[in-house]
Amino acid sequence: MTKFMRRAQETGKELAYEAARMAVDSCGLRIEDIESVTMGSAPDAFDGVHMKGEYLIDGAGAWRKPYMRNYVGGGTGVFAPIHGWQHVASGLFDTCLVVCEEKMSSCRPHPQAAFLTIFDNFTERPLGPNLLWIFALEMHRYMHVHKIPKEKIAAVSVKNKKNALDHPCAQLAQKITVEDVLNSEVLVWPVQRLDISPTSDGAAAVVLASEDVAKKITDSPVWIDGVGWNLDTAYWTNRDLYYPQYVENAAKMAYQMAGIKNPRQEIDFAEPYDPFDYKELHHMEGLMLCKKGEAPDLAWEGLTQRDGKLPVCPSGGLLGVGNPIAAAGLMKICELFWQLRREAGKRQIPGDPKTAVAQAWGDLMQVGTVVVMRA
Amino acid sequence: MSVKIKEYAGTPLREEDLKQGKVLSIGYWPKAKYTWSAGVAIGRYLTELKNARIVGRQCDKCGRTVVPPRMFCEWCFRPNDRWVILKDSGVVNTYSISHIAADATRIKEPLIPTVIQIDGTTDAGILHLVGEADPKEVKFGMKVQAVWKRPEERTGAITDIRYFRPIEK
Repeated sequence: MTKFMRRAQETGKELAYEAARMAVDSCGLRIEDIESVTMGSAPDAFDGVHMKGEYLIDGAGAWRKPYMRNYVGGGTGVFAPIHGWQHVASGLFDTCLVVCEEKMSSCRPHPQAAFLTIFDNFTERPLGPNLLWIFALEMHRYMHVHKIPKEKIAAVSVKNKKNALDHPCAQLAQKITVEDVLNSEVLVWPVQRLDISPTSDGAAAVVLASEDVAKKITDSPVWIDGVGWNLDTAYWTNRDLYYPQYVENAAKMAYQMAGIKNPRQEIDFAEPYDPFDYKELHHMEGLMLCKKGEAPDLAWEGLTQRDGKLPVCPSGGLLGVGNPIAAAGLMKICELFWQLRREAGKRQIPGDPKTAVAQAWGDLMQVGTVVVMRA
Repeated sequence: MSVKIKEYAGTPLREEDLKQGKVLSIGYWPKAKYTWSAGVAIGRYLTELKNARIVGRQCDKCGRTVVPPRMFCEWCFRPNDRWVILKDSGVVNTYSISHIAADATRIKEPLIPTVIQIDGTTDAGILHLVGEADPKEVKFGMKVQAVWKRPEERTGAITDIRYFRPIEK
């Protein structure tokens, strides 16, 4: 992966190249060994470049190869490896390079404006919404249903920004307190400045291989044992936003494939999607890592710290490492890979983690993408 | 990050680097313009808003009455069955207090974006604003009523409802 940052000098193509090159090199392959490539990248509107997949092809190492772009909004970064998995698990290819790239800084003064077209043309856009509205509405509903105090949610932001201090690619690693979060600028209540991940530029990549090929490449492969994805209705105002049912559906699909019956006991650590602090908690519940409404207590009691009973976002997550949308999701897959191979250095979680789950989320608060990996 | 990897690519720029021309860049302002036909369901919905009425669609199979209306039920995946004229009142399903505008600039008087479950519907609701209310006094489950523009001002748009106001304390 590249460093994540507010604005990079490199173009999207150059960022994609750096990440893809690093991934291919790190497993001792040549680009000739890569039989197929999938690219994950979020809205074209960020770049002002249409057909972004095609535009990025050369940087993604896909010259004259079977190549496809996939896109499910913020869920893209964890969908891209699912897409790559489909390439290999189908038997079509022995190898697939998965690349995710995002360059949000080109959209000025702020990529916020590029988000507005996600709202319904007739029933929502004339009301002048901004993207934070939907998060604030969801967060507030979640807090209301479970009577969650804001400080328990703020603990997630504190943890992830701290975890990111040990990540060399991190954009927003910092030591902050719960009070700092609670005293930060109120944007759209209950969302405050320090509840949110930044906008970022960056890229990440992984190489997937069939079982036979993987065993030839390395003595310590990490396996994708389960994949799942699921989308809810685009009529988002018709849903009860307190619970992400579609994440649960995606998780069930992935767990069933991986033979996981009791996720709370069988998952050693998790990288749920955390563009906002409450989302990590919301997604822990959707991933069935705890009961509905229980996640804030786990965060508050420290159980989700790196040395806790259930480490969550040991990477530092989007809140700490940064949020170049698709690349941020794939960064979570990278973290699972490094943790399961015990290569995570200062971020390494204690014990002997064997099974982990990564998840991303997006579109109009409607998609869940889930990958289970095992050492 | 892996302990096996020592260097990571990426060169950070500051805003000034672009503004002061320290790195070369080029700008582009898209001029694409669009006109969307409102379609069958939303066309009727907007027409009725002009008449100061909120209409929804009912599905006999799953029993849902939904707004915004659609001509098919996405659950049952069949045509839904009838139009229903709803009251122009409802309850607050969830709300927020927005201090920023659509372009992320700060606004003086906060807006109260709200999901309002319209009376007579089965699902959570529609996005609109609550007005004539102190943000501190808005509550979950609070009853609200549409405040309409004057007939001559209405155009057949969601903004024909200016906002929803609380109807009880």
